[in-house]
Amino acid sequence: MTNKEAALVLADGTVFEGEAIGVAVPDGISTGEVVFNTVMTGYQEVMTDPSYAGQIITFTYPHIGNYGVNDVDYESRRAFCRGIIVRDPARRTSNHRATGDLSDFLEAQGLAGIAGLDTRRLTRHIRDLGAMPGAFGTADEAALLAAAKAEPGTDGIDLVATVTCDEPYTIESDGPRRIVAMDFGIKTSILNQLRELGSVEVVPAQTTADEIMAREPDGVFLSNGPGDPEPLTHIRDTISSLLGEVPIFGICLGHQLLSATLGADTYKLPFGHHGGNHPVQRLRDGLVEITSQNHNYAVSEDSLVDAELTHINLNDGTVQGIRSTTAPAFSVQYHPEAGPGPHDSRYLFADFEQLMEDFHATS
Amino acid sequence: MPRRDDLKSILVIGSGPIVIGQACEFDYSGTQACRILREEGYRVILANSNPATIMTDPDFADATYIEPLNIEILEAIIAAEKPDALLPTLGGQTALNLSMELVDAGILDKHGVELIGADQEAIATAEDRERFKDAMVEVGLDVLRSGVANSMETARTIVADIGLPVVIRPAYILGGKGTGIAETAEEFEKVASNGIAASPIGEILIEESIYGWKEYELEVMRDKADNQVIVCSIENVDPMGVHTGDSITVAPVQTLTDVELQEMRDSAFTVMRRVGVETGGSNVQFAVHPETGRQVVIEMNPRVSRSSALASKATGFPIAKIAARLAIGYTLDEIPNDITKETPASFEPTIDYVVTKIPRWAFEKFPGTSGVLGTQMQSVGEAMAIGRTFPESLQKGLRSLELGRAGLNCDPGEAAYDELSDDDLLAAACISTPERIWQLEACLRRGIDVDAVFAATKVDPWFLDQMLRITEERAALAEIGFDAMTPRAWKRAKQHGFADAQLAYLWSMSESDVRSARIAAGVLPTYKTVDTCGAEFDAETPYHYSTWEDTSEVRPSDRRKVMILGSGPNRIGQGIEFDYCCVHASFALGDADFETIMVNCNPETVSTDYDTSDRLYFEPLTHEDVMNIIEAEQPEGIIVSLGGQTPLKLANDLPPELIAGTSPVSIDLAEDREQWNAMCARMEIPQPAGGTATTVEQALDIIGRIGYPALVRPSYVLGGRAMEIVYDDGGLTAAMEQLASFGSLGREGGLSAERPVLIDRFLEDATEVDVDAIRDVTGEVIIGAVMQHVEEAGVHSGDSACIIPPPTLSPETIGVLEEYTRRIATELEVKGLINVQYAVKGNQVFVIEANPRASRTVPFVAKATGVPLAKIAARVMMNATLEELRVEGLVRPPVTGHVAVKEAVLPFNRFPDADPLLGPEMRSTGEVMGIDASTGLAFTKSQMAAGGTLPESGAIFFSLADRDKAVGAEAAARFVDLGFTIVATAGTADALEAAGVTVTERLGKISADGVAEPGANAVDLIEDGRIQMVVNSPRGRGPRADGAYIRAAAGSAGIPLLTTGAAALAAANGMTDWLDTPLSVRSLQSYLGTTAS
Repeated sequence: MTNKEAALVLADGTVFEGEAIGVAVPDGISTGEVVFNTVMTGYQEVMTDPSYAGQIITFTYPHIGNYGVNDVDYESRRAFCRGIIVRDPARRTSNHRATGDLSDFLEAQGLAGIAGLDTRRLTRHIRDLGAMPGAFGTADEAALLAAAKAEPGTDGIDLVATVTCDEPYTIESDGPRRIVAMDFGIKTSILNQLRELGSVEVVPAQTTADEIMAREPDGVFLSNGPGDPEPLTHIRDTISSLLGEVPIFGICLGHQLLSATLGADTYKLPFGHHGGNHPVQRLRDGLVEITSQNHNYAVSEDSLVDAELTHINLNDGTVQGIRSTTAPAFSVQYHPEAGPGPHDSRYLFADFEQLMEDFHATS
Repeated sequence: MPRRDDLKSILVIGSGPIVIGQACEFDYSGTQACRILREEGYRVILANSNPATIMTDPDFADATYIEPLNIEILEAIIAAEKPDALLPTLGGQTALNLSMELVDAGILDKHGVELIGADQEAIATAEDRERFKDAMVEVGLDVLRSGVANSMETARTIVADIGLPVVIRPAYILGGKGTGIAETAEEFEKVASNGIAASPIGEILIEESIYGWKEYELEVMRDKADNQVIVCSIENVDPMGVHTGDSITVAPVQTLTDVELQEMRDSAFTVMRRVGVETGGSNVQFAVHPETGRQVVIEMNPRVSRSSALASKATGFPIAKIAARLAIGYTLDEIPNDITKETPASFEPTIDYVVTKIPRWAFEKFPGTSGVLGTQMQSVGEAMAIGRTFPESLQKGLRSLELGRAGLNCDPGEAAYDELSDDDLLAAACISTPERIWQLEACLRRGIDVDAVFAATKVDPWFLDQMLRITEERAALAEIGFDAMTPRAWKRAKQHGFADAQLAYLWSMSESDVRSARIAAGVLPTYKTVDTCGAEFDAETPYHYSTWEDTSEVRPSDRRKVMILGSGPNRIGQGIEFDYCCVHASFALGDADFETIMVNCNPETVSTDYDTSDRLYFEPLTHEDVMNIIEAEQPEGIIVSLGGQTPLKLANDLPPELIAGTSPVSIDLAEDREQWNAMCARMEIPQPAGGTATTVEQALDIIGRIGYPALVRPSYVLGGRAMEIVYDDGGLTAAMEQLASFGSLGREGGLSAERPVLIDRFLEDATEVDVDAIRDVTGEVIIGAVMQHVEEAGVHSGDSACIIPPPTLSPETIGVLEEYTRRIATELEVKGLINVQYAVKGNQVFVIEANPRASRTVPFVAKATGVPLAKIAARVMMNATLEELRVEGLVRPPVTGHVAVKEAVLPFNRFPDADPLLGPEMRSTGEVMGIDASTGLAFTKSQMAAGGTLPESGAIFFSLADRDKAVGAEAAARFVDLGFTIVATAGTADALEAAGVTVTERLGKISADGVAEPGANAVDLIEDGRIQMVVNSPRGRGPRADGAYIRAAAGSAGIPLLTTGAAALAAANGMTDWLDTPLSVRSLQSYLGTTAS
């Protein structure tokens, strides 16, 4: 790793000094929306989660790279985030699963990062003022500030188009069912869970309802993905046509899109939820799940139509899960597939299986 | 679901005296639990024999029983108080074992007491290794291949199946005592038979050895609704093979992928469910194969533990507090997170720093021990440090230990291994000892690469590489040189954890010059907050650590502020008593509307609970670290005299105008032998003749004047470190050389004009007396207590039993003692506490020394008399007058009408190779108190509480030094009256018979090299169970002096051993009273006529 001096400049002009890591990008500037994630393990999964498209990830845990990277823990085919901010990247990797180190990974992904800065100060800044655009790199501060200010952020932008697959593909399984997964930036951990239930046909985000139904799915899965659900009207139209026709399960962006299709409003959280320790209460029996979270937008509880609230975040009371009262469809805001994070909520995949079974039995 | 309304009163059992493996972490957890239960409106009944704890303050429970912890006493307490429930999980293994005994004996059922927080089945499943393993296999978890043996025969069959090497662990044993690794058949025979003997049920577990695997712990909480969270994950720097209490450990886990950590988390939850821990905290230990990643469950503790105290301090998640709430019916989501206030406790803390815990050992106190670490815990204390990175945290932790090391390297100590060849150094680093961490650094510094060090030591390469960063930074700083340091370079050095003192050493300059230059470069520490959430939420609780970043989160208030310096890691001579004093100071000053700022680095303590003071700085107690906090906080006073020697040593270099209480000049005056002697002479207070020396010649000159025996001790140490009584020139020369040359004292600076050796005439057969007193700014002095020691002068006061009120001193003598104390306090211009030690010979009172600071006996005195000395002292130091405090009700007359005996608890069972002999060097780890209507009863209770329950019949073996023969004969006569038979060595038998005592058998002597005379000898009789108590006072004080074998045999047979005639007489008197009086228990509140506030 290089020791070249670098800086992070936020759109509000706040400057953080550090050192450049990863690849040297043209003109020495990387831009994106700066968010923070509080997981202490799972950096490889986080960096390769397509939901971070358009964002620069700040890791609040200082040591990143300790156990290297491996061929298994990828959450997608590549990193879609715009860069990483790390207090102290590991020089030496130690884990029997490792096939490379953080430095190799950044090079291979063409990703730049900045290290050595006061990530806690940055985190508190974002916590207090909200996630905001920023620019980092070896360019001078004025150039970085200009770039940060020019960065559009994520509101109203269709980031899904930048991460969804180009062509449909199928993941075969011994399971009896056929699931069509709409890919808004789907994570490998989700595919791994779904394939336990049946074969998974992953289709691009722009796939129409007719095309989906033509595949004769037992269930449709709405995946996670980056950014603002608001501009994704074409996807809402698709979901609207699917509702009632086929059981639907959504996660994260998929949850926001399902809720919005049912008529709910979405809004942007001040700095989002990005971590592996958020308590979510399952309202049906009061049990608490420790969950993996990664979202900047949320569904407004007051606006829920034709849907019941099933899960809430105990930290701030935000909506974490809903179930349609008119159609066989449910969704959660958080990540039951983990990757990274706790496995407390994996029962939701079984719930999806049950929903498909019940639907099949009654139709 | 809210709290249970069907319960009204709850019994909490504490952990008893501080012993190795069970220290003040249980005072921390017990204090938290008592607070919560009372806050929730329950009547709390507490049983604990340890008077030095905060939890036994009459304020923390409705009824506090400072009584021996055994089931007879506990049943008496239960019968008297009729509690509805017993909470067994907060008093360590002691409370858990006693609770199981109460269940098994049917006592809980008989009195209708419900066990809450854990049930019998769960405890048995977790504690019985075979059941635990079967349970794990049943739920599909991987465990070590093993077998259980109750005899050597079965043991041999099992090992034939598993193959060597194996680990052998006795069942039902705390802190891994008696555990060992066997690599050869011979070792196996020895370790296995020792293990069977050590286990209370004569059972051992034999397991495949996983020496060198990576070791992890998860701290888990579970509520009755089956919500579970991991509070903290911990990775050991030392691989498997070293007890986790003796390992350097780090939070959070560093070298596991999320996939592996989540697998471990799932396993921990499965363990909790299967074992059946319905509510509360537990810790689950795992071993991970470094090459295959195979995870095996090692063990679990179904209770709050040392690790959970560490986890609480490491994350800010108060495990004991939450466990107490869960036990009374709450679920995790109903309990708020104290720190964020906004979010619930049903979450998993995430941290944005690295925590390192490093144990501290006391091998120097136990000559003959090897100092090699293993699966049996041997450390006596620990320091914890918080840094943003591991290198920073490690270096802070190492300097927190107060071993004279400033960090990992860059100090005079770093040269310690220069003489060793690479091979020898690497070989040394392969053996786990307290020095290993520095040996690893030395390997790396001389260029042995990380892979080679890993291959040899199995210390994970990530940790080694992080240490290498420190080593490389050291080289870079040497290269740059002081003159070329830029602000960026300064910051980088500090971020690697280098103290100014290390840089000063590196550049051969003074620490103050380094400090000035650094400050001039604008590089100042920043204080971050421990907030459980990685800054995701705003934190309310001011719990801080220093690091070197952009911004500080501390916003000093404009209130009147007092800073209290704590006592650092526990060690023999400086432990929980001083934490008690610091915590009391914080409470008292908080009540008086000061903002209190606590500085300490010991994770076991109440003082480092973020609830104790207005602000907590978890920092090393070094000059630099303390000065930095002073500059950040600007306190109006700093309390240095309540935390033992640690803060006192810092006092001279702190701004004098800020030192609260007695001035450092007065403290020095009392320590400086010349000035002190002059003062005593001027005041006409007699002292034993003596002088100071820095060389053997000077020492011999002094002896020429005063004669032998003489007491030789270094100045400025606590706990009688290296103190010795010498009887001849040989002994004197050896003692002087020991002090001058090397050893732990040498490392702390050796001898110099400032730190000479004190040599005093030793008064044989004198009675030692301690007096604690407080003097205020107006000159008024109150006497806290006059304490008479049971053992004669020469046994360290910390190891001697002592009694309030003095049983055999005349009122005139007590008057003289009080008068001298007042005059000395006045002459020294004391403002706060003073402890004066005296020797009384006949009717003559000699002053031995005065210490104008809190003494070890302060909490004992407070419990015995009801006078809160530490609170009063703290207020007095901040200029309150005793008269004002009398009006407030804080100063009140001592309560009389009962007798309290403090007895020391010694760790000899942990160090079988050390002679269990009392002397001027303190070696006890803890203390207990016996309180009752008479001296005899209180003494008997104190012996019972200390684990040496006196026998009711049988044979007592006597072997006495000449000086002890008269008092010994008196004791022997009493024992005969009580129906005991007396056996003795020839010389002692002659003396006893001459005094009219019947001796039933004469035993042969054992020579210094362990050879017995023909015929019966004491060691054989002890081993055969034919002797029930040993009274053996030593002749001569050398290691392996004759008698050592007898004392060792008594120690391993677990029979009471009294090493002075005085103690034998006290025991005889006590047993007389005990047989005449029915057992009774009485709460402290009842003795003191107080009610809990």
